[in-house]
Parts: sequence; C-alpha cells; structure tokens
Amino acid sequence: MNPIGNLNKLFDSRIRLGVMSILMVNGEISFNDLKQMLELTDGNLASHLNTLEENGYIKVHKGFVGRKTNTTYSITKSGEKAFKGHLTALENMIKSTR
Amino acid sequence: MNEQQHLETLSDIKRIMERSSRFISLSGLSGVWAGLTGLAGAAVAFTQMSDYYIAWDTRGSYSDADYAALRYNLITLGAIVLAVAVAGGYYFTRRRARRNNVPIWDATSRKVLVNFGIPLVAGGCFILGLMFNNFVTLIAPSCLVFYGLALVNASKYTLSDIRYLGLAEIALGILNIFFLRRGLYFWTLGFGVLHIVYGLVMWWKYERPAKEQ
Repeated sequence: MNPIGNLNKLFDSRIRLGVMSILMVNGEISFNDLKQMLELTDGNLASHLNTLEENGYIKVHKGFVGRKTNTTYSITKSGEKAFKGHLTALENMIKSTR
Repeated sequence: MNEQQHLETLSDIKRIMERSSRFISLSGLSGVWAGLTGLAGAAVAFTQMSDYYIAWDTRGSYSDADYAALRYNLITLGAIVLAVAVAGGYYFTRRRARRNNVPIWDATSRKVLVNFGIPLVAGGCFILGLMFNNFVTLIAPSCLVFYGLALVNASKYTLSDIRYLGLAEIALGILNIFFLRRGLYFWTLGFGVLHIVYGLVMWWKYERPAKEQ
C-alpha cells in the first residue's frame, strides 16, 4: 500500500495542523487565543477554521462574554481520529525510510 | 516530502502542543527571589519573636498588649514579604517571557493562575479560620501544605518540575504538624531554602544555555 495515501490532505497546511495540535491538548479554546498562539491574522485563521469545521474535525461554539462575541473551538471525535491517523502515517514513513 | 520534513513536522506539532498547554516562561530566578525574600522575612520575624520572649522573661509574665503587637507585626511582615516576593517573581518571569517573545498573559498563564489559585484561596480561608479560632500553631503547617497542593495542581500547566517543589512543601508541612511551635524553622526551610534550591536548579536547567546564544 502506498504510505503517502495515509497522510491526510487537509493537514498539508501547516496552519490547520497547528490548530489541530492545539485543540488536541486543550479542551476548548477561543478564537483570540488561537490567533495569539499561531500568530495569524483574523481572516487567515478564520478560513482555515472553516475548512476544518466543514470536514467535521472541529466544533464551533458561539457565546457571549458581556456584549462581545466569544467563539470557542473544540476537536470532534472524528477530528481526533484523523489527527492521530495523520501522526501515525508520518511516524510510519519515517520508520520505513530508515 | 522527505524524511527530514516529516521529522520537522512532528517536532513542530510537539512544540505547539507543549507551548499551547503549558506556561513555560516561569523563571527560576523568580523562585530564587521569592526564597531570598522569604529568608529575609524569616530573619526579621525571628528577631521580633525573640524580642517578644525577652520582654516576657524580664517582665516575668505574659502580656496581652505585647502579644497583640507581635501578632500585628508578624501579619504585616507576612503581607510585605508576600508582596515583595510576588512582585519580584512577576518581574523575572515577565523578563523571560519577553526574551522568549511570548506573551505573559495568555491562555496558559491564565490556566496556571486559576489552578494555582484554587487550593491557595481555599487554604487562605482555612487559615483565616484558624486565626479566628486562635489555633496559631497550625498556621505554619497549613500554609506549607496548601501552598504545596497549589504548586502540584499548577504543575500540570507549567514546568512539570514544579510538582517536586510542591511535594516537598507538602511533606514539610506535614512534618511540621508533629513539631508544632517550630513553624518558623519550617517556613524558613519551605519558603526560603526550597525556593532558592528549586529556582537555581530551574535556572540551570532551562535558562542558562539560552543566555549564551
């Protein structure tokens, strides 16, 4: 079997991979915290988050803190599975070339 | 993509996970500063207490006014020591965060503060209750135990080594329960010596090589 086939295309993007890495270890995290951690602009981060949401890898929760909107994100079961699968694929490729 | 790139990706993932879930800018020098402040505070407390007992001996009897004054002085001293220790600790940690180019106030530092704060505030209320009921000998061991629990709790969100400092503080506090009225020595050891040792070890382990670069 072609080992590259196991790599998830969605995670070719460094930013999406970064978002998933953060969500794996943090239960729920706000848009602003994500932006700060990844050092991105609003628009850039938003478009990647949309892609991840459309694929069912992350969940969006819209809420309010006072009058300000506070959007938070968390990883879904299928997102977790996809991310772990991607990691395993990466590890296997490193092992197989040794 | 080749092997090297895959390795880089994996280590990036690891670094992002680490950085997004733990506050790693906590400086060892903050610990050293807190320890030195603690030692200085203990020295002042020691003279105040020995003055109190000398006055007692020369008078030959206990004095309510003297006791109230000592109590007031020690509480004031404690508050000053705490403020100086926290202010200096904040300074060194902010300096380190700036050097690493990471914000001092972010999701991870908030988590550290909240998780450190819960056992600490609980302990603070408990100790106020002890003072209210005049169980003064239990104050020192309770401070050490609750402070240790707070450190252990916070260690999940910052340098994991801080867990060992927490365990050592808990152990000292429990030992103190069996040597009541020796609270000041245990305090000096727990808040002074342990902080300095921990701070130096942390500085040596994480900050020293970064300085050379």
